[in-house]
Amino acid sequence: MDIKHIPKKPLPAIYSWLGDRIFLTVIIVLGLSIILMTAGLALVTIVDGWEAIKEFGFIGFITGKVWDPGVNRTFGALPFLFGTAVTSVGSLALAFLPAVAIAVFISEYAAPWLGKMIDNMVNLIAAVPSVVIGIWGIFVFAPWMRETVYLPIYNWAIENNPSLLPILGNPIGYGMVSATIILALMIIPFITALTKDAIDQVPVEQREAAYALGATHWEVIRMAVIPYARGGILAGSILAFGRAIGETMAVAMLIGNKNTLPFSIFGPAATMPSVIINEFREAVNSLHLSSLMAIGLVLFIISLLVNLLAAYITKKLAIGGGKTA
Amino acid sequence: MWEQVKARKSLRQRSINDKIMVALITLSTILVLTPLVIIIGYVVVNGIGALNYDFFTEELGSPTRAMRGQPTGLVHTILGTAVVDLLSLIIAAPIGIGAGIMLSEYPEHKLNPLLRVMNDTLNGMPAILKGLLAFTLIVRPMGTFSGLAGGVALAIVMIPIIARSTESALSNIPWSIREAGLAIGLPRWRVILSTVVPAAKSGMVTGFLIAFARAVGEAAPLLFTSFGNNYLPNHWTGFIFGPVDTLPQRLYSLAISPYKEWHSMGWGAGIVLLGFVIVLFSASRFLYRKRK
Repeated sequence: MDIKHIPKKPLPAIYSWLGDRIFLTVIIVLGLSIILMTAGLALVTIVDGWEAIKEFGFIGFITGKVWDPGVNRTFGALPFLFGTAVTSVGSLALAFLPAVAIAVFISEYAAPWLGKMIDNMVNLIAAVPSVVIGIWGIFVFAPWMRETVYLPIYNWAIENNPSLLPILGNPIGYGMVSATIILALMIIPFITALTKDAIDQVPVEQREAAYALGATHWEVIRMAVIPYARGGILAGSILAFGRAIGETMAVAMLIGNKNTLPFSIFGPAATMPSVIINEFREAVNSLHLSSLMAIGLVLFIISLLVNLLAAYITKKLAIGGGKTA
Repeated sequence: MWEQVKARKSLRQRSINDKIMVALITLSTILVLTPLVIIIGYVVVNGIGALNYDFFTEELGSPTRAMRGQPTGLVHTILGTAVVDLLSLIIAAPIGIGAGIMLSEYPEHKLNPLLRVMNDTLNGMPAILKGLLAFTLIVRPMGTFSGLAGGVALAIVMIPIIARSTESALSNIPWSIREAGLAIGLPRWRVILSTVVPAAKSGMVTGFLIAFARAVGEAAPLLFTSFGNNYLPNHWTGFIFGPVDTLPQRLYSLAISPYKEWHSMGWGAGIVLLGFVIVLFSASRFLYRKRK
């Protein structure tokens, strides 16, 4: 600090008293605005979604199988809940092991320069906007999947097992599987970063003790490192799961956007964010708009629960069971 | 656990297992990193191929313009992105910094724990919901989609990230510095503004860049706030009070359009967007390393 800043005389009381009051007031107002935003997020979806909830009932809305904005104006969110559940659970299942493997590779096996390079790369990929991943998915990934995976399986099914066809669905390339794989690619960097943070926090003594007992490198990782970091790894995966639930653009670009159950494996489907993105701009009917807002409310509740779960696990599964914290 | 392992497996078996796991982990690292690198490669190659002089100087216009081979570009999109992103930065910076100061400097304040919970909740919400909030707060009362609404939506994306990173930058400054300031008779607000914040400046800027990089790529909240526009507005105020084009939202519209010419412009928008994010990302890394 500059020596000139030191006051020569005691400061006038008004300067510190009033200054502190004004400063704290400004800070409180700014902080309150965040609280209002979060509350507003819940409030807006409840108020604007109220018309739909009143019409169908909350349980009726989330279990309604039909989403028909055209003729009957019946709105049920089940197709989108189902689509979101399948894509997010599927992507987490696909992403978890490889993501943890990369983190282990970076912090345990790779030479420092290589580890740093991969770490930077993973962080950079995490920063790639989801529309950019989406355009690659639309023009490169989905057509490639159709030619090399979906069509061969589909043709095999036509000849050998036609009863599978309705389950497999129309192999146009844009559908549930494509969206799930892209989602998995998108959450891998996220899980890797959080896993690496957790692994880096494992004390050196913990490893050295295991080595001293004669453990091989893999045994050290499996018995000393991973168990210690398990809280961070699990919480990171749940946060990534939350990401997958809310991920909008890449999914909307790849899932094919079909609003009616039943969905098939390769065929088009929809998720909660994708239906909001696709229909909100064009919705004119007020019940339709309100139903989309009500889907926003469901999305809000699910995201809230996922985040609370992650926070709880971080606290609970940390070594010491959160007692020291 | 340890005795069981030793009893069950020979030394030879264990060292084989060790080698197998090294191979498996290395293999899956390569397997996963390859497609991720391929994505970036595709965007760079296709994107640079789509860039030309017109891309940066012409407006998009109707699809027929592109199909007839007349010059089209995304100048209105690039300008619109600059305006909306700048607006969001102006809105988000004071709120995020203020909340960060509250979280780190007033741990005894009653508002502190509530603010922390609410900020983390906001951070965990999908960006599309923040767009819905901005739609209801700004678009509906104004009666029109606008750049301002887009800026607010992106600001809501950035605010919780800035608040958290400001907090962690500030709380890295040792308490003894604050005590030194208080001991020479400075009021608390002067201590914060003249000693703590300047010392934490580079950490705060790093957090800013990360939040900004995140908001710049968001398309979901912009689709129903700034909406999009194929032309430049007639007057510069149209960037703030009228529908505005932005890169991520335009990239989406181009990619799902049925016109081949627009698809290639989509790749162009992709490389511009990616380039911008990479610049922000590298700047934040550079600052972070310098701080260390």
